[in-house]
Amino acid sequence: MKSFLKNKMVLASSIFIIVILAFALFAPFIAKQDPSAIDTNAILSGPSAAHILGTDTLGRDIFSRIVYGSRISLSIGFIAVGIAVIIGLFFGSVAGYYGGKIDTVIMRFVDIMLCFPTFFLILAVIAILEPSIVNIMIVIGLTSWMGVARLVRAEILTLKERDFVAAARVMGAGDAWIIARHLIPNAIGPVFVSATLGIGGAILTESALSFLGIGVQPPTPSWGNILMDGKSTLGVAWWLTVFPGLFILFTVLSYNLLSEGLRDMLEPKLRDDRK
Amino acid sequence: MLTYLAKRLAGLVPVFFGITLISFFVIHLAPGKPTDIQTSLNPKVSYEARARLEKLYGLDKPVYIRYIDWLRRVVVFDFGRSYVDDRPVSEKIAERIPITLLINILSMVLILFIGIPMGVLSAVRRGSFLDKSTTVIAFTGFSVPEFWLALLLMSLFSITLGWLPISGIKSLDFEYYSLGAKILDVARHLILPVAIAAFGSLAGISRYMRSAMVGVIHQDYIRTARAKGLKGSQVIYKHALKNAILPVITILGLSVPGLIGGSVIFESIFAIPGMGRLFYESVMARDYPTIMGILTIGAFLTLLGNLLADIAYSYADPRIRVTEGE
Repeated sequence: MKSFLKNKMVLASSIFIIVILAFALFAPFIAKQDPSAIDTNAILSGPSAAHILGTDTLGRDIFSRIVYGSRISLSIGFIAVGIAVIIGLFFGSVAGYYGGKIDTVIMRFVDIMLCFPTFFLILAVIAILEPSIVNIMIVIGLTSWMGVARLVRAEILTLKERDFVAAARVMGAGDAWIIARHLIPNAIGPVFVSATLGIGGAILTESALSFLGIGVQPPTPSWGNILMDGKSTLGVAWWLTVFPGLFILFTVLSYNLLSEGLRDMLEPKLRDDRK
Repeated sequence: MLTYLAKRLAGLVPVFFGITLISFFVIHLAPGKPTDIQTSLNPKVSYEARARLEKLYGLDKPVYIRYIDWLRRVVVFDFGRSYVDDRPVSEKIAERIPITLLINILSMVLILFIGIPMGVLSAVRRGSFLDKSTTVIAFTGFSVPEFWLALLLMSLFSITLGWLPISGIKSLDFEYYSLGAKILDVARHLILPVAIAAFGSLAGISRYMRSAMVGVIHQDYIRTARAKGLKGSQVIYKHALKNAILPVITILGLSVPGLIGGSVIFESIFAIPGMGRLFYESVMARDYPTIMGILTIGAFLTLLGNLLADIAYSYADPRIRVTEGE
């Protein structure tokens, strides 16, 4: 019964993720109104039939802005995590496979990176390099690969002692081939779990940056900067703050629950502990 | 214990150098020179004046010399002077850091005193209403944008209900209050920031505590303790908790950078004059010496947090200090 309930949560989050993905892919068909069309007759109007989630200080339709904003927020989530996974896989597998001095140097570097308050580092680099969507993706990726590197290293440390690796080596496979074709495919499970979790984290980071005015720059809508627009009018127009926040909350929650579901699926022995 | 500590401290030295190297590198990503605003963008400045300014900031030297110069001063907490108001960076940080530390320590206390019992209770009563609601709270805590929650709570408690002050750390007529009223005033200002700062990590810690506890409860020594007739609460708090808390201590140490990084957000929202807000202001003003100073101090605080966690760990688990101390 309990695991069924859990599956239902995982199912619900998957459905929500698909809906948001559809928002991003088919934005022009879902949001009929232009997200940047200014309507001076409908400034700060509440949710109604014409504007189902209300309008902002310029009379722009919030629903359209959220739908178009999902393109930005999701692509930042996916690409930032993609970058983090690639870096993490590289450093983690090299450290785990070669061991010795290479391992010590890489893992020390990981320790050092983990010491920085990540948000400080991201804020500093983005402000220095000019806030743009590409810079945000790269910087979030560059500051969040350490967890993946540790995971992959730990997996490869045990995998490399297995017979199939010895067999591959006997057949004349080189190091790069063994890492790419034999070790990484076997170590990828936990990486998926951590990447799914990372997508939620990256979406949160983007929204916080945009909220501080250092993220995605207006007029391009992202969930964070729609929220920032609502900050000053919270007392009179709650919909401007509440709706984009709920979209962020439920999207991140869905990725987190999906990650939990994936973990249960991949590590059945943990399932008993969590009952 | 002492040898263990010495070993740990020695291990921190290379990490500290790495931190300063990265801080320095980050700032030198910047295109152009920090003096550009005063020089090349201003046609009235002569070549000589430009050279003089560059010399003043040491920009005429090669980058590795500048790093060594900078590092030599950092060791004695001299981060140079702010480009904004020409005051020593260390002085600016020193006046902003106490409030940030106070908020972070208070939220750490909150995390410990609520998160750990919450995790223990939901592990002991698995599947109960309490367990289910902590799970929901934990997942929400992971997923909620802090600044959004802060805005909503501020709007609810400070504007709609009028129970708490909106922002800042003290009221305007603070100077005229009695000591008791002063403490109460600061406390009222800090309730929301501390609660928001703690919320995310609180959720995480209670989850870790729960799964660590669940793992321990089924061990043989717990069954033995029960079999010899110990009271339930004694088994849980004396035998199980002592073992289950070990991984949680490490996680607590690891949550320090998140807390410090988060201070940018809630200090901006609640207009708290702390280190996070100073960092935000410096970033906006491209005040490189202050940015470097805060990055280094932030990482240094994390190192300190990790060290404290390690000490607490070795205190809780004698095996660590005996085997690794030799």
